[in-house]
Amino acid sequence: MIAPLRAFRHPQGGLAGCWLILVIAAALAAPLLTPYAYDVQNLPQAYQPASAQHWLGTDEFGRDLLTRLIYGARTSLSVSATAISISVLCGMVLGAAAAWFGGWLDRTVTMVVDLSWSFPEILIALILVAIIGPGTTGVMIAIAVAYIAQFTRLTRAQIMTLKGETFIEAARSLGAGNAHILFRHLLPNALAPVLVSAMLATGDAIILEATLGFFGLGAQPPVPSWGGMMSAGSALVFKAPWVIIFPGLAVAVTVVAINLYGDALITELDIRSRLRSGA
Amino acid sequence: MSALLDLQSVSVSIGRVALLDGIGLTVKRGQILGLVGESGSGKSLTAMAAMGLLPLIGGRVAAGVVRFDGQDMAAMTEVQRRKLRGRRIGFVTQNPMTALDPVQRIGEQVDIVSRLHLGLSRADARARTLDLLTQLRIPEAGTVAEAWPHQLSGGMKQRIVIAMALAGDPDLIIADEPTTALDVTVQAQIIQILGNLVRDRGVSLLLITHDMSVVAQVCDRVAVLYAGRVAEEGPVGPIFAAPAHPYTAALIGCIPQEGMEKGSLAGIPGAVPSAMTFPAGCRFHPRCPRASEACRTSQPPILPRGEGRVACHHPEVAA
Amino acid sequence: MTAPLIQIEALSKRFQSGGGLFTKPRAMMAVREVTLTVGKGEVLGVVGESGCGKSTLARLVLRLIEPTSGRVTFDGTEITALSPSALRKMRRRMAMVFQDPYSSLDPRYTLADVLAEPFRVQNEQVPAGRIEAMLTAVGLPAELAGSHPHQLSGGQRQRVGIARALALQPDFVVLDEPTASLDVSIQAQIIALLADLRDRLGLTYLFISHDLGLVRYFCDRIMVMYLGSVVEVLPDARTAPRHPYAQALMQSNFAPDPARRRVIEPLKGEIPSPFALPPGCAFASRCPRASDLCRRQTPALDDDATHPVACFHPL
Repeated sequence: MIAPLRAFRHPQGGLAGCWLILVIAAALAAPLLTPYAYDVQNLPQAYQPASAQHWLGTDEFGRDLLTRLIYGARTSLSVSATAISISVLCGMVLGAAAAWFGGWLDRTVTMVVDLSWSFPEILIALILVAIIGPGTTGVMIAIAVAYIAQFTRLTRAQIMTLKGETFIEAARSLGAGNAHILFRHLLPNALAPVLVSAMLATGDAIILEATLGFFGLGAQPPVPSWGGMMSAGSALVFKAPWVIIFPGLAVAVTVVAINLYGDALITELDIRSRLRSGA
Repeated sequence: MSALLDLQSVSVSIGRVALLDGIGLTVKRGQILGLVGESGSGKSLTAMAAMGLLPLIGGRVAAGVVRFDGQDMAAMTEVQRRKLRGRRIGFVTQNPMTALDPVQRIGEQVDIVSRLHLGLSRADARARTLDLLTQLRIPEAGTVAEAWPHQLSGGMKQRIVIAMALAGDPDLIIADEPTTALDVTVQAQIIQILGNLVRDRGVSLLLITHDMSVVAQVCDRVAVLYAGRVAEEGPVGPIFAAPAHPYTAALIGCIPQEGMEKGSLAGIPGAVPSAMTFPAGCRFHPRCPRASEACRTSQPPILPRGEGRVACHHPEVAA
Repeated sequence: MTAPLIQIEALSKRFQSGGGLFTKPRAMMAVREVTLTVGKGEVLGVVGESGCGKSTLARLVLRLIEPTSGRVTFDGTEITALSPSALRKMRRRMAMVFQDPYSSLDPRYTLADVLAEPFRVQNEQVPAGRIEAMLTAVGLPAELAGSHPHQLSGGQRQRVGIARALALQPDFVVLDEPTASLDVSIQAQIIALLADLRDRLGLTYLFISHDLGLVRYFCDRIMVMYLGSVVEVLPDARTAPRHPYAQALMQSNFAPDPARRRVIEPLKGEIPSPFALPPGCAFASRCPRASDLCRRQTPALDDDATHPVACFHPL
């Protein structure tokens, strides 16, 4: 059985994995799950608490909160996951190239990575959004760039360690060329830790996306995002606390679930030490 | 001579897995006992049981008694056991590279042992350290005492570790493969020095090794461990002259000797089973040339043989 | 000796290490002017302690690293002068078994993948049934083909390493301490397997080890190295060593017999740093026979064709 499935056997990993499947399925099937539209206003129904019609209540425009939460999952998950995918791809190419070619390329990449490492991701993302402009694409690019350093560093460290392994020398002694060693040995072995760390980073990216959304820099109204919803709810924390609590819970539970599942995955893949050596 | 360390049919388990089964060993005062076997035979675990360190790895003594100088280790408090380990039992690990504190000078690391356990003053402790280093044939002991661990070679570090083990004036030293990480010429020296020093001071030594030639070189008695049981135990002379247990004979036969015919080094077929898959009967029977039906079904009796004993259905009869 | 398969002429390797912003790089000669010949079907032992250059020599002979100077000729072809593509073809005929059976197999590969790699690298199809045949040839059950290395014991992994080395039916195999990480019982199994394979396949071995006892048991001829240089070549396993260092190596091997305990004459001092070798014989600082001459001048291997030794005061 493969490791992602084995991770479900851990009690926490299994529960977390189920939650993640639920959230992703809901996000994908959003139009089928809810009778409401996320953007149609119904002002007389504003600030309704939870009821049979509106399970989680309604927001300031009388829109169904559950509907917006589900559509918000679409935004939050797709933006974070796409951003991290871009980040992983760029980071792996950069990190592998630096470790493989060494010399000035390695020194330059390491320097830039170390430099960007000393700024918090949120700062990098804010600067980038300021340059690109707000909106889903801007946030996506900003998050992607903010996390490149992490994956570059991890991939480079993995490849550097793997390069010294005897099985690489063994392949060379058989006559293997660079392409064979890179694509058949180094990258496949570096992949598992990078992917797991990407998964964990997606959790951070969801928070970052929500934060940028909260500042009004993310998806623009009426498209819902968890951060944007929390921002809207912050105006009436005491009168209608559900408007901010439910998107907040969605972020928190999803991020915790990603971490718990990721942890189970790390145990199953037996790569804890390798992640530490990379970071 | 009285027994300093005495293990009486000690069984050790980790969780539900039984790793050692009825181990009986005695180290008398001033004696060197070699504990041999392949990896996975339970040598290090036996040493941990002897030091009362099993809880560290989640293990426990499931049956039997470990006595140090007549006292039951299980009846002691953890504080008493800790005192015993530092003061009366010295330990030499396999890897000298990790046994020393990298940010403390060599001399201080040795001094602290005698200051702590013997209550010596700074000056007396240093004098004792220099004396020990000289006895361990370390040239320019004064300079070495002022050095940092990273400035020393592996062989030198292992001598320092031995000095630390001896500094508290212990009654027993347990050395777990003390030379495996070292170069051959250095290995031979360390074994010789350790053997001589232990004899000169009347200290007992439990020497864990996988190398029968090391046992032959320094030990008084030998206990051969296989898959968590003692296969054979006794004084080295008769055992090496005529090993009664086929496993003992096989272990000796694994060592290339001067003038050996090519092809006569056969090794032992198969491998040590893991604790989950110990076979029934005699645990050595799947690899044994003399195995019979009895070996497959019933545990071999422990037979006395000279001053030792052997656990085998078909022991070689001494000539 | 039979016809030579490998000829090594004045082979040297110089390594530089360190050299950062504030430090000068330091240089050491890992292998110094080594000249030797390995005959077809011969088992040549190279023995010495860590840092003596034996592993570097092994890699130089296979041109896994580039020599600083010198030549290696394999069956008439100078491999130190081959182009990368010609060298790759040549690799079919020579192989290596590594010391560490744990890191020498890719943890993601199954045994079938490991054994197919030599063919894949040479752009060939794996002949049908070959994987199973290879496993059986090294004494492993063919059912193991689908297992991963972590499911195997150290001895089993080393058998896989040997099978991989022999996959393309080479003439020459470098064995770099193939048993140093194994139990003595398993070491004896592996040595027996290597001897058997050599007889069956007519292989030529270069056997690297730190254990003179093992080398004397297994090898036809023995080269003793100390700090990068050859100090003695023993013509057979029975000849007594003449170099004081080779003598000390011999003495370090205890016999498994309490009746033959010996008091060894311990070597003085420590191995000098290869980065700052003293002038003269590299062994002089530890040698019981060293004279002033030894500390001034470096002894060369003498002209004795059968038993050369590099010492001013041989035994």
